[in-house]
Amino acid sequence: MSNYLLRHLQVMLFSLGRLWRQPVASLMTITVIGIALVLPAGLFVLSENMSSLSNRWDSASQITLFLQQNVSPKQAKKLTDELQSWPEIKQLHYQSAKQSLEEFRQLSGLGDVLDSLPNNPLPAIIIVEPDDDNIEKATISQLVQKLDALSSVDQAKLDMEWLQRFRSINKMVQRGVTILAILLSLSVVLAIGNTIRLAILSREAEIRVMKLVGATDRFIRRPFLYTGFWYGILGGFVAWITLVFSMGLLSGPVNDLAGQYGSDFSLHWFGGFMFLILPFTGAILGISGAWLAVGRHLHLIEPS
Amino acid sequence: MINFTDVYKRYPNNYEALSGLSFHLDEGEMAFLTGHSGAGKSTLLKLIALIERSSHGQVLVGKQNLSSLPKRKIPFYRRQIGIVFQDHNLLHDRTVFDNVALPLVIAGENHREIGRRVRAALDKVGLLSKERNLPIALSGGEQQRVGIARAVVNRPPILLADEPTGNLDPELSREIMHLFEQFNQVGVTVFVATHDIDLIQTLPYRQVILKQGRLA
Repeated sequence: MSNYLLRHLQVMLFSLGRLWRQPVASLMTITVIGIALVLPAGLFVLSENMSSLSNRWDSASQITLFLQQNVSPKQAKKLTDELQSWPEIKQLHYQSAKQSLEEFRQLSGLGDVLDSLPNNPLPAIIIVEPDDDNIEKATISQLVQKLDALSSVDQAKLDMEWLQRFRSINKMVQRGVTILAILLSLSVVLAIGNTIRLAILSREAEIRVMKLVGATDRFIRRPFLYTGFWYGILGGFVAWITLVFSMGLLSGPVNDLAGQYGSDFSLHWFGGFMFLILPFTGAILGISGAWLAVGRHLHLIEPS
Repeated sequence: MINFTDVYKRYPNNYEALSGLSFHLDEGEMAFLTGHSGAGKSTLLKLIALIERSSHGQVLVGKQNLSSLPKRKIPFYRRQIGIVFQDHNLLHDRTVFDNVALPLVIAGENHREIGRRVRAALDKVGLLSKERNLPIALSGGEQQRVGIARAVVNRPPILLADEPTGNLDPELSREIMHLFEQFNQVGVTVFVATHDIDLIQTLPYRQVILKQGRLA
């Protein structure tokens, strides 16, 4: 048994030695595999970051109360004071109809049109920030209902739509990552398969001789499978290193951006997980590609 | 040891290389296989090495009926036969030692045993001092002796040779034939295809002469 393992180890190192003796060609193959693996990995990291970002925003949801047109600023002030005492509510911000109009004028650029209107069509609003510490997620909607039922409130609206859109986009991105990962995995298998095919063809004479002196298919197959294994695992490491560099380049701007939003968000890039999963995936794909090539070509080479 | 009974070999283009050939070789016998080019010498050796199978008739080697031997058992069958080729068939990116070691590595021998047996075989063919060389650095006669060392290193009961002296001068050819005689003297069945008539006339062994796929 230990003899068997020793022989496997020898073939493993022998295959690595062969790659080493053709450094340029091997490096090109390994780089192709690395790039193919780093693309889905990078997109996965980005989409995971988007998810974590949207989970943070989950708690930062706001409720906008649109007040009835006939509510005076004084009544609104009273309502604000009353709501302030509710335990579910953390903070309130009142915006009069006039302020609403001014804000809309600035954001829309429709100043002239608004001036021509006989009266202000916009309601006064109160922006309510629920207190996350005192309130369960499920009861936010109850709070919305409760606020909606107030007589001076026309409509209470939870500002979640944009978040849902953001999540839909993220779901789409995740689906895209899956598709990309499948396609690029396939391309890794084919790239390695083709490389191994060429290796087999260049060793045709050797394979014939080995068959003549009694080598089994398994024996002849083994070094090629290990070659595929090395291509894959080394490609995985190249992918990991590329990911480290890319994340290093991205993290500065991302932190800047987050800082501008007053957030302490920073890129989380799954370094340890990727360090394991990329070479592992690479190795599996490499062996599969080699197996494909060996299965198709080895039995065609027979001594004559 | 080798037993042909009414053996035919037809190729897809309807060329009949062997036509009803019957002959046999005893265990421990040494014999020459001769005949003109195209008489079927190579085909006969290929049938014994199971590189090809007969179209009809029975080939027995040892107690093994070759027509009923499944494909997956061919490697193990071939380990009982040493084959020497006219063009040596050495691996040029490996040393003399590694070339000779190949059948033992394939058979899964352990490291120490491989070293011992390879050196014994190289010593036998007089090339022990060249074990670290690549085949390309050797002369034609030396390369052929490496091929012979590889053929005998796992001590097969049968040794086949296909024109082993085809590219060698008479002096070297005699040396090679003398090596085969030595293996035969320790009990190996030796079967050598050659058209070096001058050389084999001087040796006291049976000649199997082929003519158009039959015994002449």
